[in-house]
Amino acid sequence: MATHTLDITKEHCPMTFVKTKLKLAQIAQGDILEVLLLEGEPLNNVPKSAAEQGYHVIGISHVEGNVHKVIIKK
Amino acid sequence: MADNQQKKLSIIAFSGEFDRLTAAFTLATGAAAVGYEVNIFFTFWGLDAIKRKTGRSLVGGTFLTKIFGFLMGGLKSTPTSRFNFFGAGPRIFRFLMRKNNVATLEELVEAAIALGINLYACEMAMHVLGLKQSDFIHEVKDTLGVASFLEISEGGRTLFI
Repeated sequence: MATHTLDITKEHCPMTFVKTKLKLAQIAQGDILEVLLLEGEPLNNVPKSAAEQGYHVIGISHVEGNVHKVIIKK
Repeated sequence: MADNQQKKLSIIAFSGEFDRLTAAFTLATGAAAVGYEVNIFFTFWGLDAIKRKTGRSLVGGTFLTKIFGFLMGGLKSTPTSRFNFFGAGPRIFRFLMRKNNVATLEELVEAAIALGINLYACEMAMHVLGLKQSDFIHEVKDTLGVASFLEISEGGRTLFI
């Protein structure tokens, strides 16, 4: 079980969702993806859409400033 | 809508303008990334977005359709609906998009393909413009008519852009 990191703090809609979706498709079943993202649209909707698509959102934590980390298990 | 039923968005891409195509592909890729099944049906000027030759070329069966094909061009020669300034507008937009780290139209098309969005070409418009499926990128799944489009878009949301 590997852990992968994806930084989408410099991305804008729709690439925040697109990059997360494509990364989740790439990694193996059971792998963990840590997504660094900003408050607002990405924080509100990236974990929500991951959960809706059947991925397991393990946790959301504050990193610094307006950056947060969402941990998703495939 | 039942939980196990996949949400669906179907877009009729009629416009061959840079900004409208950007809007269509932004909606399409965003929807696909959050789990929607997405179909884009390209018709008339929208067909420019899926041409294999992205610049100006003499595609089309007859002299007249070849001239049309050349004037319409492909993805890289799409004009903006406002402030086109004889072709400078899209270049300025591409510059601003890169500068602000916003996906360009070409990047959105690449993302649409990577996300497995269903791309369809309008059979009737292809016939009028003298285009064949081989004139399009190979990711175009099929050529469709109205009845088939209504069938694939059934049960979802449909947008005309």
